[in-house]
Amino acid sequence: MQTALRPSRLARELPPNGIREFFDLVQTRSEVISLGVGEPDFATPWRICDAAIEGMRRGQTSYTSNYGTLELREAIAEDLERRYAVSYDPGTEILVTAGVSEAMDLAMRALLDTGEEVIVPEPCYVSYRPCVDMTGGRSVGLETRMEDRFILLPEALEAALTPATRAFTLCYPNNPTGAVMTRQELLPLAELAEKHDLVVISDEIYAHLRYIGQHTCFASLPGMRERTILLNGFSKAYAMTGWRLGYACGPAEIIEAMMRIHSYTALCASSMAQTGALEALRHGEQDMQEMVAQYDQRRRLLLQGYRELGLPCFDPGGAFYTFPSIAHTGLTSAQFAKALLFEENVAAVPGTAFGPCGEGHIRATYATHMDLLKEALERLGRFLEKLQAGQIKLEA
Amino acid sequence: MRELLRILETEGPVDSQELAVRLGQSVAEVEAALADLREQGVLLRYSALVNWEKVEEEKVYAFINVSATPEHGCGFDKVAEYLSQFAEVHSLYLMSGQADLCVVVEGRDFRDIARFVAEKLAPTPGVRSTSTSFVLKTYKMEGEKLFGEAKNGRLAVSP
Ligand SMILES: Cc1ncc(COP(=O)(O)O)c(C=O)c1O
Repeated sequence: MQTALRPSRLARELPPNGIREFFDLVQTRSEVISLGVGEPDFATPWRICDAAIEGMRRGQTSYTSNYGTLELREAIAEDLERRYAVSYDPGTEILVTAGVSEAMDLAMRALLDTGEEVIVPEPCYVSYRPCVDMTGGRSVGLETRMEDRFILLPEALEAALTPATRAFTLCYPNNPTGAVMTRQELLPLAELAEKHDLVVISDEIYAHLRYIGQHTCFASLPGMRERTILLNGFSKAYAMTGWRLGYACGPAEIIEAMMRIHSYTALCASSMAQTGALEALRHGEQDMQEMVAQYDQRRRLLLQGYRELGLPCFDPGGAFYTFPSIAHTGLTSAQFAKALLFEENVAAVPGTAFGPCGEGHIRATYATHMDLLKEALERLGRFLEKLQAGQIKLEA
Repeated sequence: MRELLRILETEGPVDSQELAVRLGQSVAEVEAALADLREQGVLLRYSALVNWEKVEEEKVYAFINVSATPEHGCGFDKVAEYLSQFAEVHSLYLMSGQADLCVVVEGRDFRDIARFVAEKLAPTPGVRSTSTSFVLKTYKMEGEKLFGEAKNGRLAVSP
């Protein structure tokens, strides 16, 4: 029987977040060391909290411009100019949003007509494909592989193009793999975008969390500013996940279209969070660099641990994730993650949560205290031994 | 180098094997750096950070602003080095501003410190005046907060 509040077909057909089920499972247990978290373990630097509190004291609690405060947009423009030498007009080419999450949704809605395709390299963050599919567009997953260090190869991209292809997404440094792409590796993708008149939606939320080489902003490549929607935010670099603040940059026409949707669905991003973000851009660099240095140490420790345990993992150059292969155990990602949780109380996310080609991998984050990482490695070692000795009963 | 010192400053001794992994250097490089730092007097010692307020034992600290008479050729060095010899002096700094020296003194109780100031510190040649402030409660020391904080409410698994 249909009820009055039966959800729409769109809602019903939206796949459940691949992580949700695993999260529920982890919730049933205590004493878990979680390597399953996609956010920093650091608190937001206090100077940022302080600026937001002071803003509230001074009564900066009203709606802001739909685009976000001009002050913050100017600071964002300066930051991008200084780091990557890309220029955006703070008046018309920058939109402040409730995180990259909202910006991604707006980008897809503003861009796509029914039936248009977006190529989404996988494994990738969970929201990309649903954001495309909710618009009536069609998301097309495209596998990237560990042999290629999980970078997007131009041959693979070109082979996936159809007459309906409108755009492709990029996310480097990548969640869940930690992969990065160099300028040299990105250039052929830029050429393809030009050749086939494609839009590039580049999620650079992990740009600052880079341990090998320098980040290249995709919009800084020749000709790309005019066909890129650049997304970034404060969640990861400044440990501000709960503040819900990000932004989109691009040519005025598409940003204006995104702003129109945003003006009806969100009106504006939180004004308190915008005050905090302004402080992050103005004075947050040192706090951020200290967190980056910590992540890098933990990254090395975890990778060395994997080497000692014989767990193949390529060297992730950014973000705060490792994506080791567990294929040699003969287990699926989900089996491995569940067994590891039940046997040793360590939570890692099955690679398949980030696309079918994540099979054979788990995602383990090093946004975790050093002592916990060491303990997790010990437990992982014990688990692999038990597994090898055939002492582990698997769930179907 | 900076990164190495930061680790040791916040974590105390860490074995060179682990340091090498975390810093992406060889064990030999780390050990050579440690030896250098010790030799140059950069790395002084390892010590624990103790919250004495939680221990029964009586321990009192005072910050004492000292005005002193500078000497030709050495400024405040002589009097500062002289005062540093007292075991009661926990730390001692040359300051900008009103006072010349800030002397942190440790004692068993208030009277203990008062006696030290009256009998030792104030009469020291070169010391012109002192102004003593006792520590009543410690909120943070050496970068460590001593009060309880709300637990980070991070979800156990998130995308
Ligand atoms: C690649 C990627 N993009 C976007 C997001 C969401 O970020 P925000 O907090 O800005 O919405 C995440 C969060 O995990 C992410 O990993």
